[in-house]
Amino acid sequence: MTMPSIMRVLLAGVGGQGTILAADLLAKTAIASGLEVKLSEIHGMSQRGGSVTTVVNMGESVHSMVISEGEADYLLAFETTEALRNIHFLKPGGKIYVNDIQISPLPVLTGKALMPSNPQMRLEQYGAHLIPAQDLALQAGSAKSANVVLLGALSTGLPFADDVWEEQIRLKVPPKTIDANLEAFRLGRSCVQP
Amino acid sequence: MELLSGNEAIAQGAWEAGCGIGVGYPGTPSTETLEAFAKKEAVYAEWCPNEKVALEVGVGASAAGSRVLATMKHVGVNVAADPLFTAAYTGVNGGLVLLAADDPGMHSSQNEQDSRYYALAAHVPVFDPSDSQEAHDFTKAAYALSEEFDTPFMIRSTVRISHAKTPVNTGEKENYQPKVYEKDPTKWVMMPAYAKLRRVELDKRDAALSSWVEECPFNIIEQRETSKGFICSGAVYQYVRDAFPEASVLKLGVTWPLPKQKLESFANMVEDVYCIDEASQYLSSQILALGIELSQTPHPLPAAGELSSRALRLAFDDTEATTEPEAKLPARPPALCAGCPHRLVFKELARAKCIITGDIGCYTLGALPPLAAMDTTVCMGASISMAHGFELSYGESEHAPVVAVIGDSTFAHSGITSLLNTVYNQGVGTVCILDNRTTGMTGHQGNPVNGKTLQGRQTRELNLEELVKALGVEDVATVNPNDMKATRQAIKQALEAKDRLSVIVFRSPCVLLRDSFVAQAPYYVNGNCTACGSCISLGCPAIEKNPADGTASIEASMCVGCGQCSQYCAFEAITQSEGGR
Repeated sequence: MTMPSIMRVLLAGVGGQGTILAADLLAKTAIASGLEVKLSEIHGMSQRGGSVTTVVNMGESVHSMVISEGEADYLLAFETTEALRNIHFLKPGGKIYVNDIQISPLPVLTGKALMPSNPQMRLEQYGAHLIPAQDLALQAGSAKSANVVLLGALSTGLPFADDVWEEQIRLKVPPKTIDANLEAFRLGRSCVQP
Repeated sequence: MELLSGNEAIAQGAWEAGCGIGVGYPGTPSTETLEAFAKKEAVYAEWCPNEKVALEVGVGASAAGSRVLATMKHVGVNVAADPLFTAAYTGVNGGLVLLAADDPGMHSSQNEQDSRYYALAAHVPVFDPSDSQEAHDFTKAAYALSEEFDTPFMIRSTVRISHAKTPVNTGEKENYQPKVYEKDPTKWVMMPAYAKLRRVELDKRDAALSSWVEECPFNIIEQRETSKGFICSGAVYQYVRDAFPEASVLKLGVTWPLPKQKLESFANMVEDVYCIDEASQYLSSQILALGIELSQTPHPLPAAGELSSRALRLAFDDTEATTEPEAKLPARPPALCAGCPHRLVFKELARAKCIITGDIGCYTLGALPPLAAMDTTVCMGASISMAHGFELSYGESEHAPVVAVIGDSTFAHSGITSLLNTVYNQGVGTVCILDNRTTGMTGHQGNPVNGKTLQGRQTRELNLEELVKALGVEDVATVNPNDMKATRQAIKQALEAKDRLSVIVFRSPCVLLRDSFVAQAPYYVNGNCTACGSCISLGCPAIEKNPADGTASIEASMCVGCGQCSQYCAFEAITQSEGGR
């Protein structure tokens, strides 16, 4: 795979899902592959169970640390509603990888709003890869590794070598969970590229 | 090369410059700066009760000869404005650098103010870094400059600088020897006779800074094609480079004072010169005031909120197409956590039909439905003073009870003086102090109430009840806010005594505090549920209303076993699971 001059990845999820750790792993893999990287996240009030987004922009020379509407090359969503909420940030032909779960926000839990019906169908219209990340994480041996499963899926669209990814995972995750996380990464990968 | 956030880079730059003392009050997006600084080798760092105190500690340490870093968010500079304006008169001994972290877009703030107006008004030079490398380099350079020009320096960051991680080449630590303090009342005692002399010095310094800024290497003209030229600073520079890679740019690393000659030569170099401002008109208004003509973008830039490269492109060509946002998605607002000890206080205050003046913290989320239990939020400490104002305005007339709600850290920050005022002026009403044993929203920092310090030094916990009594409040109660009956009873009692001032301390640890909150076995909804909706009205993210029949269910993985909901169930339909967690 050739290295494009700039690659913009938008990670979207719900506060507490581990988007920041995934973004960090992605950024370190890009740096280890010789790219310049900017990573932008938001802390504070939005973290209390609200929608969160993190941006990783990578390339030979990177300016903006954020992504405008229509600019993202990749959308990595940790939840289906958040995938739809951020779909307009994707550029035409951009790739989408989505954790196939629905997490109800408070207005839905209290009966004041409805979840989108069949978001999977809508996402498939956009060409999204739906990833059963929760199940694959359990299969890999660590329920908390769903974010690494998703990274594995994303990695199929990125020009980084497997051993660079794996090295960064080894460096980042707690020692006891290295094997489970490496397996999670492989399962996410083979989910998109069997 | 390291990937550092702007905040981490500022801490690193300060440390490399030999800064040995860090002070501040937590506030998004500034918080991680002091936390990162506190972990450096051989430094002292402390959280202060508020930003005014922090900056005063900083001015003192600078006077004594140390290099000092003071950190705060933009609204914190309002609190610290008093010492800031006069520290610009006294000047420094050891270098003094103030981080003011602005929040365009208001991701976690109550307003969108631009701290550079403070730099302008106080005559304090300000650096405006555009990435972490500059945040590091500017901070490091600011210390020697602060000493050379005898003035505090400000680093003005924004959320996209503070919270973006970009590559940084770090440097070596300077071996700074603290300066000697020599008594000099004409410099340090700002009574009129001496302040008048310092004012003359300040004007001389402004002139010297105006010459320096013309040569300062942090203001850079990047000459590319010359039909369009952009003047910009900070994160906006990055958006300009993305949107118009071929255009010439004057990147301002110093945004007060401005380099008049450099601006003029840039304006003469290009056909159309644009100044790009984000969420304020600071830069363009100052450049216009220098007599430099600016071109208007064909379509106006948004006045409020954050810019982006797309916003810039649209200002020149509004035909750019994009995918439409998906319609009809449920909003996902932040919410009080499952088991949050603030929840029942809001529930019971709403039930008692109170006017609730609120304050700044996680508990501001009590304003959102379904609790919807907050009438006002303005600034740190305002809950108590505004409640007094409500009572004064209502006077003897029949009115809903007025209750102030304030967190522990916010109370220590600036609630104490407000409460003192109500006591002193014989005010009435009820103040609820929500003591969750931490500064929650900013990431669980220590504060005087929980008795934890930034670098883990032993200290004492503030005794809130004794403090409140010492201020002169006679009616003081302590209540566990997870106990519905006790909470209801305490509020009822306080509200009945209409001619008195009462304080209720609701004390229970934040559920995110790993060292003091212990989760219990989760609850579940049994077959007795009548779909009455009572538990749903608590707005707990672990409780869901079944859309088909209106009955409730509890997500066991989210439930922390606080048992708040079971106390609201009149049908014994909410039961705790057997065993522990």
